[in-house]
Amino acid sequence: MFAQVIASGLLLGFVYSLVAIGLTLVWGVMDIINFAHGEFLMIAMYSAFWMYSLVNLDPLVSLPIVAVLVFGVGVLTYKLIIKRVIDAPGLTALLATFGLSLFIRNLAQFLWSPNYRFIGDCFVSDKKVMLGPVVVGLPQLVAAIGSIIMTLLVFYFIQRTKTGRAIQAAALDRNTAKLMGIDTEKVYALTFGLSGACVGVAGALMASFFPVSPDAGVLYSLLAFVIVALGGFGNISGALYGGLIIGLAEALGGYYIGTEFKYAIVFLIYLLVIQVRPKGLFGW
Amino acid sequence: MKKSKISPLIIILLVILVLPFIKADINFQHMLIIFLIFAGLGEAWNLITGFAGQTSFGHAAFFGIGAYTSTILFYKFSISPWVGMLVGIAVSTLVAAFVSYPCFKLKGHYFAIATMAIAEITKQLFISWDYVEGATGIMIPIVDESLASMQFHTSKIPYFIIAYCLFVISILIANYIEKNRMGFYLKAIRESNEAAESIGINTTVYKLYAMMVSAALSAAFGTLYAQYILYIDPFMLFSLDISMKIVLLTVLGGLGNIYGPIIGAAILIPLSEYTRIFFGGTGKGIDLIIFGALIVVVACFEPRGILGAFKKKRKVERGAYDAKANA
Repeated sequence: MFAQVIASGLLLGFVYSLVAIGLTLVWGVMDIINFAHGEFLMIAMYSAFWMYSLVNLDPLVSLPIVAVLVFGVGVLTYKLIIKRVIDAPGLTALLATFGLSLFIRNLAQFLWSPNYRFIGDCFVSDKKVMLGPVVVGLPQLVAAIGSIIMTLLVFYFIQRTKTGRAIQAAALDRNTAKLMGIDTEKVYALTFGLSGACVGVAGALMASFFPVSPDAGVLYSLLAFVIVALGGFGNISGALYGGLIIGLAEALGGYYIGTEFKYAIVFLIYLLVIQVRPKGLFGW
Repeated sequence: MKKSKISPLIIILLVILVLPFIKADINFQHMLIIFLIFAGLGEAWNLITGFAGQTSFGHAAFFGIGAYTSTILFYKFSISPWVGMLVGIAVSTLVAAFVSYPCFKLKGHYFAIATMAIAEITKQLFISWDYVEGATGIMIPIVDESLASMQFHTSKIPYFIIAYCLFVISILIANYIEKNRMGFYLKAIRESNEAAESIGINTTVYKLYAMMVSAALSAAFGTLYAQYILYIDPFMLFSLDISMKIVLLTVLGGLGNIYGPIIGAAILIPLSEYTRIFFGGTGKGIDLIIFGALIVVVACFEPRGILGAFKKKRKVERGAYDAKANA
């Protein structure tokens, strides 16, 4: 049973990691807390849902379309809003992203009602897979594998490509990056898009086993904040490990202590870790 | 100098006091009460975040604890909400001291996320705590209206007076702290924790004081809110939305300034209450769509807050907060 709980925790953890990586990218590069991150995830889930129910596209097939779509939402958010508040003092950027999250969430509720919707019958639904001694649901397994692939792609992009290095440079020191001839405007727009693409993939994968509703993103953005802080702000590998830790904590805590306390345990773990490592596990 | 800074405040307070009598419209009076509660909460939050520079995303926890303490005492033991308010203040202050003390070594966003985590944990605990009716929430028993029961059914004016008194108390406390040694210490901490320590300020103790005063005020408003709405549940009281509403209105008005929360609340609360009255009945969230969109617009076009827009020349305070936020 222990192995079973560990397995489901890890599978969930990889999805959390991907959502958190999207958040930490923006946070690290622009020093902006994107409160609308969970709403981007919700948009991704709805996109997958509507493509499934209107044109009968399996979420696995529509995944690239959803990723591109939410990439676009990210870029648009940067161009229309973030660009104007990025140099503003203190907590103004937060004001803007929180307003945006309210706007998107309630617009979704207005357009599509607060009802929970399910993707009933897609390629992965209701299938189980035996992995040695443990049984896992195929949707969760596929979601974890998909998240791992996307995570690796992001790692590769940030660390190996020229554009990725430009993003890193802009994160370290914006003005110097500018002096070195980096178009920071473009880098920022791209980072926001990439952040959107991460939740785009995560959302499309999650849509096959989580109910889709306007509030679907709220909990995940809270968890993503904690994961990002747990790993250290702007640290992508930190977000990866943080996601796994939180996934495991949720599964183990939910099983051994009580489902109703699993999120309390998750937040408590952050508070405890931060006592020992005040800048997160991998922060400096 | 001191006098010229006080007098506009007194005028504002007097204007607020006569407003519900000039326009005796029930929606307007309701809006004023909510305005006073949130402006007061903003003043409380401003102490720890605006003055001391420690961003709290978890003030809903203190607000909720205040509401729950008085409600439980009233609901289970028929103890007057006034006593409950005092007990709530005590509980909330203790909780604030206990949970925030270990967090004060955290910097910037790490502290902010920690306060958010604290509020979330509090919410989860109240949801699964059967003694306080868990997720169902508590309908506060309706009794005859009296000052002792803090319930008034025929007029909103008594609620307004209580809210007004609490609001004035929080203004006085914020003003006193700002004008005295503690205010200078807190601002020194905001500018640079290390520098403040090097000149001999015990930063942890002063941050702790600020947090405790802030939590105490928030709890008092929590009691009043519960008695006014007459229903409480953990989702409503401990939600991130409440914490963020307090943050939003203060940032919007002007951070680290006594007028900030008043101005911010004077804009945001009528906006949210009237859009809710006009569009809320449809149950489709139009009010919050408009509210969200307007916040975005204001943030984009008045990035310095309303007060900042009025005095762009005085960049000293702003630059200082910037430096802190970027550190």
